[in-house]
Amino acid sequence: MTEAERLALASLMYQLADDDFLYAYRGSEWLGLAPHIEEDVASSSIAQDSMGHAAMYYQLLEDIGEGKADALAHVRLAHERKNSVLVERVNGPGYYMENPEYDWAYAVVRNYCYTLAKKVRIDSLKKSSYAPLAALAVKVNMELYYHLLHWQTWFTQLYQSTETARQKMDAALERVLADFGDLFDYGEATEIIDEMRLIEGQGILIDRWYQALTPVLVDLNVTLPEMKMTYNGRNGEHSPDLNDALSTLGEVYLLDQSAVW
Amino acid sequence: MTTGLEQEIRQALDTVKDPEIDAVSILDLGMFETMEWTETSDGYAVRVTLLPTFLGCPALEIIQKNTEAALLQVPQVQTVDVVFLFDPPWTSDRITDRGMTGLKSFGIAPPRVIDGHWEIDCPYCGSTFVSIENLFGPTACRSILYCKSCKNPFEAMKPVSTLM
Ligand SMILES: [Zn+2]
Repeated sequence: MTEAERLALASLMYQLADDDFLYAYRGSEWLGLAPHIEEDVASSSIAQDSMGHAAMYYQLLEDIGEGKADALAHVRLAHERKNSVLVERVNGPGYYMENPEYDWAYAVVRNYCYTLAKKVRIDSLKKSSYAPLAALAVKVNMELYYHLLHWQTWFTQLYQSTETARQKMDAALERVLADFGDLFDYGEATEIIDEMRLIEGQGILIDRWYQALTPVLVDLNVTLPEMKMTYNGRNGEHSPDLNDALSTLGEVYLLDQSAVW
Repeated sequence: MTTGLEQEIRQALDTVKDPEIDAVSILDLGMFETMEWTETSDGYAVRVTLLPTFLGCPALEIIQKNTEAALLQVPQVQTVDVVFLFDPPWTSDRITDRGMTGLKSFGIAPPRVIDGHWEIDCPYCGSTFVSIENLFGPTACRSILYCKSCKNPFEAMKPVSTLM
């Protein structure tokens, strides 16, 4: 592997790792705030699984000389992060500890759309030319089955409940799609990622995502809003929400570290 | 000599139970993958690889520590190294018959996949007339169900399969 190829591989794995890391963090913020106790348990289970997936990607990054997995997860700054903007967005106004006004419809739409995209990417990664990534994808895929089932159930049930719920879901879908443009993007490393056959191209994956989503939307009589891009997270461009998330995550990590002493 | 050591390591691994289900060991669950050792000046340095059931499972750390402690109880073992691998992936068909029985005795339906579908029998009465109450139970690997035949709530271990 040339140095340019190693960097492209690292870039892709940072995208995967940071996506699941922030997704898991935003999911864990719902603890105690989900609509009911069963959902609390389910949401934290899914967040836990996803944090486990992120940890494995950071481990693969450590294996190719990027530094310690723990530090890669916790101490990299916002402009070094390669996650999609979608997963860094706050759950709603207010903070976890004070007056959270989280939007459950937004959580359900974001989680469903993200999990479906993750499924599409994982299926492609199973054929990755980088064997450790292909092997990890096989493992992640088996757990993902349950996440997708869970969020698809919520998504269809909320859309089929009341008129108010439907309006909230439509508004959430609008916001989610407005941030979706960077999700299948590979950023500056696209060309080498393609050449190395680490994962299939953006266009192919977007098509598969649309194909998987369309029958669900048709059943619910929902029109998908246009997919847009606010920032390209794959190139380290982010919303201010990421900084806040990272400083909270970083504080916990630094506290943990000092606890050792 | 070495086959004796292998036997002793296996016995030690069999004393390491799932932290939440003390009726099944990590051998019963099929988490054990490989063992190897090198001779040191006064014994053996042992390396064991295990396969995690679910990647984010918080019990993994406990299992790792308990495995290290159990292996250090083996007389000739001087140092141990317990490592988790995800390749090959753990799948629920690695659970042994004894593991299946152990899960049932604990009121947990063992995972079964038939034709790519999750088949669940009530661990109390064997009925398949059951409903999923919550896909995500107390831990990532389990779900909460209700048996409509004997009217008991129970847990089921989620199947993890490349066929699904
Ligand atoms: Zn029953």
